[in-house]
Amino acid sequence: MVGGKSAGERVFTSLTILIMVILMVITIYPFWFSLISSLNSGEDLLRGPVFLWPRELTWASWEKVLADPGILKAAWITASRTIIVTVISMLYTSMFAYAFSRSYLKRKQFYVIIGFASMYFSGGLIPSFMLMNWLGLYDNYLVYILPNIFGGFYNVIIFNANYKGIPDSLFESAKMDGASEFKIFFRIVIPLSKPVLAALSVFTAVNIWNDYGTTLYFTQSNSLQTLQYVILRLIQSNRAVENMMNTVDGSNLAVSQLLNSSDGHGLVTAHTIELAAMVIASIPMIVMYPFAQRFFVKGVLLGSVKE
Amino acid sequence: MTRQRQKGYKLGYDFRTQFELKLMLFPAVILIFVFNFAPLFGLLMAFKSYEPSMGIGGIFTSHWNNFQHFTRVFHNFQFWPMVRNTLGINLIGALVGIPVTLFFALMLNEIKHPKFKSLIQTITYLPHFLSWVIFGGLFITLLNTDGIINFLLMEFHLIDKPLQFLADPQYFWGIAILTGLLKDLGWGAILYLAAMAGVDQSLYEAAAIDGAGRLKRMLHITIPGILPTLMVLIIFAVSGMLNNNFTQIYVLQNTLNLPASQVIDTYVYQTGLLQFQFASATAIGLMKTVFALLLLVGANTLSNKLTKTGLF
Repeated sequence: MVGGKSAGERVFTSLTILIMVILMVITIYPFWFSLISSLNSGEDLLRGPVFLWPRELTWASWEKVLADPGILKAAWITASRTIIVTVISMLYTSMFAYAFSRSYLKRKQFYVIIGFASMYFSGGLIPSFMLMNWLGLYDNYLVYILPNIFGGFYNVIIFNANYKGIPDSLFESAKMDGASEFKIFFRIVIPLSKPVLAALSVFTAVNIWNDYGTTLYFTQSNSLQTLQYVILRLIQSNRAVENMMNTVDGSNLAVSQLLNSSDGHGLVTAHTIELAAMVIASIPMIVMYPFAQRFFVKGVLLGSVKE
Repeated sequence: MTRQRQKGYKLGYDFRTQFELKLMLFPAVILIFVFNFAPLFGLLMAFKSYEPSMGIGGIFTSHWNNFQHFTRVFHNFQFWPMVRNTLGINLIGALVGIPVTLFFALMLNEIKHPKFKSLIQTITYLPHFLSWVIFGGLFITLLNTDGIINFLLMEFHLIDKPLQFLADPQYFWGIAILTGLLKDLGWGAILYLAAMAGVDQSLYEAAAIDGAGRLKRMLHITIPGILPTLMVLIIFAVSGMLNNNFTQIYVLQNTLNLPASQVIDTYVYQTGLLQFQFASATAIGLMKTVFALLLLVGANTLSNKLTKTGLF
């Protein structure tokens, strides 16, 4: 590296490292705090917060959350929709992008126009709600799947940029040999697009796993609740209890039952239940993202930085 | 090479190829028309006396009402506080967020130890991957009256009794802005870092030989080098000023902090889906979209004029 090692440079370096360390602590500590609080006995927590390690270690809250049928059902709904949407939408969107990227596609302008229009124009919440109702998707598991099958034109742009890197001669020789477009896509394009597929799969999976809006807007039955939505209700009703506002969401039976059953027990309180549910629901994302990390920069770069 | 290529293109013009390509494209075309374009007809509701009991057909058959919904919205006592909250949280959020993220990226760029650098990045990306329910929930826990922040403030005798962080409107903007900043700091820095990696390295060497220190090099080489990326992000921030934080605000919102936390998106959800005022909620949503589009075009034009770079 260029540059000498003057006193000024050394101060600069230490200051940078100091700021970074503080920032890392600020970022990571809330998670650590929730983890140890959820593993502490609930009654003990009332005496004061724990800081570095649980005072009275117990898995009771975790066991309670993991044994709750409502939460298990929500976890199943969340996981299944995440996997189904990620697989289908990645396969289909990359296929769309392949057909879109072919320079010999006739009337390409049409797809360009509807693609860009779909990025900037939408009816908004209420018209979408009416549409879902009309289509019979309201309070139906398919509302989690159907609107997400096409991963959006933004993903198409990223795929398109990626396909430009594949040499034309590969496509040409395959065509000469009489390969169909589908064969070219599955045999040549997919194997050569693994990094971008991986990056966009991670983005899609994270978005779907974390989405609670669809549940909030378009469903009402308990059997369709997602994990994020259950936790949202836990937080909201918990806080309501705390503020003594008496506005616990009575309509949400699963949550109020969970809260009622947890009150009065020494090891588990509504508070530790909430924390345990949050920690458990974030585990899949926390486990996944370091593995996927090496694809991020490439994936984000292709889509967002202007050439 | 060129001749070969043309041969390939000619091969693509046959009927079978075009049919196969259409087969690949059409499911998405149908989905876009159904889920993106069909709801656009629903916007008619904003200009009509529509009642939810009229069903879908009512959108077309109900009477025009001379912009009644729009005038009523402007006279609603909740309208201006809501616009103020939306603009306030997003505008201050962007004014704080963009420089802090840029500063963070510049610092990170100066760290030459690869393992330490990737450790920082891994840790600061983490919040981006968690939902607002979880990230917001964590902060609600920390900010509770018996939470750790109040506990520490009391221990150090900075306050006498716990502060009602989430029950008091005066703290809400600050909480929303700070949590928003922390959640996407590491993630936002990726773009700047990528842009910095694209800056010509020989410029740095030349500057070092001329005796420029690290700060000087940062100011005169790195920042001008990433200006186009910076402009694009500013344009996005300006056009996003009216939306895209429903998921955050809704989690942090409660009845007590409503005066500072009611934004356009939460209001549309509340009046539209909870109180069934479909038509006026649609009118507010439409107004928001139109202003957002104007802001986008305006910011882009300004950026094109001032810096010769823009989104389009």
